[in-house]
Amino acid sequence: MSIFLDENSKVVYQGLTGSQGRYYGLLNQAYGTNVVAGTSPKKAGTDVEGIPVFATVGDAREATGANVSCIFIPAPGVQAAVLEAAEAGIELIVCITEGVPAHDEAYFFNKLKRDFPNTRLLGPNCPGLISPGKANVGITAGHIAKPGGPVGIVSRSGTLTYQALYELQQKNIGVTTCVGIGGDPVPGTSFIDCLAAFEADPDTKAVMMIGEIGGSAEEEAAEFIKRHMTKPISSYIAGVTAPPGKKMGHAGAIVSGGKGTAAAKMAALEDAGVRIGNNPTEAGELMAEIVASL
Amino acid sequence: MDLLEYQGKQFFASYGIPVSDGAATGEVDEAVAIADRVGYPVVVKAQVHTGGRGKAGGVKLANDAAECRLHASNILGLDIKGHIVKTIWVEHASDIAEEYYASFTLDRSAKKHLGMLSAQGGVEIETVAEENPDAIAKIWIDPVDGLTEAICREWVLAAKLNPAATEGAIDILTKLYTAYVDGDADLCEINPLILTPTGQVHALDAKVSLDSNAVYEHPDYAQYDATQPRDEREEAAHAKGLQYVGLEGSVGVIANGAGLAMSTVDVINQVGGRPANFLDIGGGANADVMAGALEVINNDSNVKAIFINIFGGITRGEEVANGIVEAMGRVALDSPIVIRLDGTNADEGRAILAPHLSDKLMMEPTMLDAARKAVELAKG
Repeated sequence: MSIFLDENSKVVYQGLTGSQGRYYGLLNQAYGTNVVAGTSPKKAGTDVEGIPVFATVGDAREATGANVSCIFIPAPGVQAAVLEAAEAGIELIVCITEGVPAHDEAYFFNKLKRDFPNTRLLGPNCPGLISPGKANVGITAGHIAKPGGPVGIVSRSGTLTYQALYELQQKNIGVTTCVGIGGDPVPGTSFIDCLAAFEADPDTKAVMMIGEIGGSAEEEAAEFIKRHMTKPISSYIAGVTAPPGKKMGHAGAIVSGGKGTAAAKMAALEDAGVRIGNNPTEAGELMAEIVASL
Repeated sequence: MDLLEYQGKQFFASYGIPVSDGAATGEVDEAVAIADRVGYPVVVKAQVHTGGRGKAGGVKLANDAAECRLHASNILGLDIKGHIVKTIWVEHASDIAEEYYASFTLDRSAKKHLGMLSAQGGVEIETVAEENPDAIAKIWIDPVDGLTEAICREWVLAAKLNPAATEGAIDILTKLYTAYVDGDADLCEINPLILTPTGQVHALDAKVSLDSNAVYEHPDYAQYDATQPRDEREEAAHAKGLQYVGLEGSVGVIANGAGLAMSTVDVINQVGGRPANFLDIGGGANADVMAGALEVINNDSNVKAIFINIFGGITRGEEVANGIVEAMGRVALDSPIVIRLDGTNADEGRAILAPHLSDKLMMEPTMLDAARKAVELAKG
């Protein structure tokens, strides 16, 4: 099995007619994702390589039964796009867009939680998710992921996620689902959401978790792991030597007032029984050891 | 984007928050003219992006024009923790009965806005939080609901300010929340928020940090971008639109993706070297971006070796390799380069780089090997 996304997911791309939406939408379709529709208020009634384009997510859902949406809309339109998808009854909204203001994120996170509790938001500023061999939604390169299992991956960073997938593939280790939760201050889906889903998924036997400096999501995950996780975990935290007060590329990757350091995160995870690698390669090697001992 | 105090005060004033009458200047004569206008005594304050201004002699009280002239000329040009004072703020000195603390920020853990109010102001809030946490009244505000007057009143009462300050504090905090939300701020802090002997409440200081992702909603924020503290290298990188943070070491770093760039900086430290910078060139890694990145790093005189760490995802290895070769043809480099190229079509990419390899361009199979090689070269 996989989490959040599988071969039955029907995906609508919000912004399919834009250059990024078109490129990745078609790439995802070529991977095998069931891409059923796109939306564009001005280009309704047209199609992109045979994929029908609707004016709204509501229209697309009614006509195609889409239950997942993927957002490739520029930052100023993201809040409206997320709420539109939620109101249309989409179950999983994957927002790839980078550069969304933190106040917008805080607003639609709380709006969804209150009015659309059954809708899951992934991102913004995330690479998306892939259930290898079943479906790929977002900008992950599908061919670097080996289908099957037993490992689930959750990560705040795009390239480090790819690196993790690739290293596991080199070691002939399969992945159930790889979720990129993104590097922004208010991610729609947290480490804990993913850990809980992996714990409940019978085909996932171990989890690889890649964090980075800033905020306290890793510390909160460590608490959750202590109480609820029975499956073994390996982890890597990026930014061990990052200077305080500087945003390291991601909007959320900042050590401020002595909080959010990699050292504190690694200590908390280690205390929860997680095996910590000092670099992504080491975390992959630890996962190979874990898989060999399953 | 961190605002200077005077920018923060102007930002507050635009939302109707009372601040002291004053103005900013870089000239001594003008400082005296401002002081004459707002009335003595005045406070002359250095405008720099760092704390500890008072201890460094950057905040002075002046009772007349002669004192104002003396302090202004001493403070302008002063070096405060490496920040040279180019601008001073001159304001009418306030009579202070009590000092409070007020702020709004995003609580990333609760995913709600956090308001903090304390009757113990004028000192670092971290110190109050540690020594007397009960002295801080906190509220968490759901962005969908906003801050209602009733809740604000309850909050002010919980902070146990002087009752004379209650109405003034409610008014300021309501406006401060509006400034924080409408202005897309990461932080709005007033420390101290003062009560005067005549019962007025107003902001004596302003600490504001704005969300750079929200600049498209606020075209006027370009003025704040222009005063951000950046060294020469950071300025050059910023002009090219690169995600760059200057560090102190000798190994230049180029990587694709923020996580991988952070990881590269870590690995260089782990193998005994010191990185000169953090630089994320994003997923594309084409020749233009690569050439720009190499230029910025080449202009850093501390750099003795460059580590290019690329992991191809959607971007294929041969595209990255062609980009590197083309970029190297455009920039005359002083330092040797070590490349680690992995991921999608890495073999094809390495084959493209192979004929160009020399003692100026080396390739290593793994991130750790490449880091070791770059550090060895940097140490000479």
